[in-house]
Amino acid sequence: MSKTMDEVMRTADGVPLKVSLHKALVRSRIRALLLVLPLLAFLLVAFLLPIGYMLFRSIDNRIVPSIFPRTAVAIQDWNPAGNWLPGEAAFEALVRDIQQAFKDRTLGRVGRRLNYEKPGMSSLFRKSGRRAARITGPPYKEQVLRIDKRWGDVNTWRLIHRESGALTGAYFLAAVDLTLNDRAEIVRQPEARRIYRTLFSRTLWMSGLITVLCLLLGYPVAYLLATLPLRYSNLLMILVLLPFWTSLLVRTTSWIALLQTEGVLNDLMVFVGLITDDGRLQLIHNKFGTFVAMVHILLPFMILPLYSVMKTISPALTRAARSLGATPFTAFVRVYMPNTYSGVGAGCIMVFILSIGYYITPALVGGRTGTFISNFIALHVGQTLNWGLAAALGSLLLVLVLALYLLYDKIVGIDNMKLG
Amino acid sequence: MKRILTSMALAAAVALAGSAYAQNLNIVSWGGAYTASQQKAYHDPYMKANPGVKIVNHDLGSGALAKLRAEVESGKVTLDLIDMTAADAIVACDEGLVEQVEPDKWLAAAPDGTPASKDFFAGTLSVGGTNCFIPQIVYSTTFGYRTDAFKGAQPSSLADVFDLKKFPGKRALEKRPNNNMEWALIADGVAAKDVYQMLSTDEGVARAFAKLDTIKDQVVWWTKGAQPPQLLADGEVAIASAYNGRLFSAIIEKKQPIAMLWDWQNFDLDGWVVPKGTRNLAAVKKYLRFATDTQRLADQAKYISYGPARHSSAGRVGKHAELGVDMKPHMPTDPANSKTVLLSNYVWWADHQTELNDKFNAWLAK
Repeated sequence: MSKTMDEVMRTADGVPLKVSLHKALVRSRIRALLLVLPLLAFLLVAFLLPIGYMLFRSIDNRIVPSIFPRTAVAIQDWNPAGNWLPGEAAFEALVRDIQQAFKDRTLGRVGRRLNYEKPGMSSLFRKSGRRAARITGPPYKEQVLRIDKRWGDVNTWRLIHRESGALTGAYFLAAVDLTLNDRAEIVRQPEARRIYRTLFSRTLWMSGLITVLCLLLGYPVAYLLATLPLRYSNLLMILVLLPFWTSLLVRTTSWIALLQTEGVLNDLMVFVGLITDDGRLQLIHNKFGTFVAMVHILLPFMILPLYSVMKTISPALTRAARSLGATPFTAFVRVYMPNTYSGVGAGCIMVFILSIGYYITPALVGGRTGTFISNFIALHVGQTLNWGLAAALGSLLLVLVLALYLLYDKIVGIDNMKLG
Repeated sequence: MKRILTSMALAAAVALAGSAYAQNLNIVSWGGAYTASQQKAYHDPYMKANPGVKIVNHDLGSGALAKLRAEVESGKVTLDLIDMTAADAIVACDEGLVEQVEPDKWLAAAPDGTPASKDFFAGTLSVGGTNCFIPQIVYSTTFGYRTDAFKGAQPSSLADVFDLKKFPGKRALEKRPNNNMEWALIADGVAAKDVYQMLSTDEGVARAFAKLDTIKDQVVWWTKGAQPPQLLADGEVAIASAYNGRLFSAIIEKKQPIAMLWDWQNFDLDGWVVPKGTRNLAAVKKYLRFATDTQRLADQAKYISYGPARHSSAGRVGKHAELGVDMKPHMPTDPANSKTVLLSNYVWWADHQTELNDKFNAWLAK
């Protein structure tokens, strides 16, 4: 036994080598972990938590049950499918909840929440708050019905019943132009109110086209950058980077000045006689304007990854193909191009994902037909304060991006992507 | 190490003492000419009279509502006072994000002793059935047109805005249903008092869209207040709806060939709300008492053409501080300009905003 112990290799201080090596490995791992810890913490705080919170916000429905706890309980066993109102107990609970909420100043939140589902709820609750404060004793039902006849409408109660749970699917339904009818069945929004599907599909196809246009325009530029002698390519690189460093708003506004009907481009075309003064073209505040401005703004995101990949392709490859008898075209298509696919993939993914999330540029130049889904997310975050719907729209967008990413991975393989 | 710690503690102590000495008030407003007018009329004189207070301006514009909600929900309120439109203030009040105001306790009486609750324009302190809003100004969304766009007769009524035959040329309208729906119905012959009742029905909404359809191809839709004067100045559009103060600045200060069309201007209010949970409530109240008194509101009109929201201020509106122009004829509240006025029904809009936003955007996309 002692003999085998002695055969174990030991370091100078007598610790078995295996243990010592293991310790060193653990130490270096901990060091490595400590180095990435700030990034992990940052990702968690700045990225994962907000996204998790946003996902939750799209189904969070605590407003009604937390502000109207008594009513939520009292109408639990009421049958919304029937055609009769809840009983006196539910009306008493309602009066107490309204009185409490009126005192706590939370009544408006319930009204606004339910108003998303049914126009008119906001004013009903506003009105009821003041009047219900005067109710001191039974009969509750009779007095509540006197406040507003909508309290005698079964559909009002069905809505409260439906939205008295802690979670709701209403925001997600609204985000895809669906809604619940009075019988809690999922139906399409009336045609006059359908917008989001159109916007999602418009955002996707326009972003797709923007990506293709960026590729068509960016590929030759990147090729030139990668193959020209350094002194020329540096100059060209500055031309690519200069707009990249310019403020987004400045670039967008410049396009307005250039493209508007009284703008530089139209003036020029009138001057050379291409169009008449009365026939000036509408080049902005429509889809065309969005395409032009977005392609220009996103072009560097296509050129830079393409360039960094092309830079690594040895010119010897094409030369070898030529020497083996390939025409310049064949050599380019069969030998050079396949080597750039990783850059093409990276550029396309980058441009596409940036594009579907853009909102300043489409807001300024998109007019009526060239705005994206992000413009509506911004509207609901900033103006209507309907954060649930904004979160649902954002979550759907996130799911769409992830789905497209997986599709890309399946078809092209994400390992083939190269950013530089 | 010890020395570093000591000096850090010292620095912290100095910083603390400094902040206790000079009290910062974080005031949110719209930026540009509007904040400048508040700076000159309210902030500067207040800071002069109260050397311990430092007012810091934050230009959040229409982003204020979202920021306010984020702060109140997270429990860390850094904003002390926010300038917002009445419509936003109603939302903030309904959501419980702002303090309730007791007008006669908080606000100064008029010089003749009329209490604030009587001196502010009727109903403006309780706009939309809320009690969180202290109005400062009456502004209007009205029309401006290029004086060189039409030969002969110039547009003079709301009907002319919708008349492409008599007044051909592009229009600029705000990209939201508010005002546009009301204007469409009035231009279509509906009496102003029936507008909201009509808009509550599907037929009424369809009728408004049908009227808007007649000019739809010719409309450039704007989202930021700075856009319509620019569109007019560039000659991109012949007639534009815009905030009257922006048009004033384009016409009087920048001397553009633009004229006002006041017919059926929409009166709207802009004023203060106090974020719930501000750490400086006492200081905010003190500032508010000063900044909303009769003279201060009248002073603001020296710098921008918005009407003060108090009866007692109207008589004190004088000349523009720099241009020397008499400001009265440029006020939306001037009798000559306000023969026909549209008043937004805030309660109605609170009920129907979601629905009409959807319908309006669906209509736009068609």
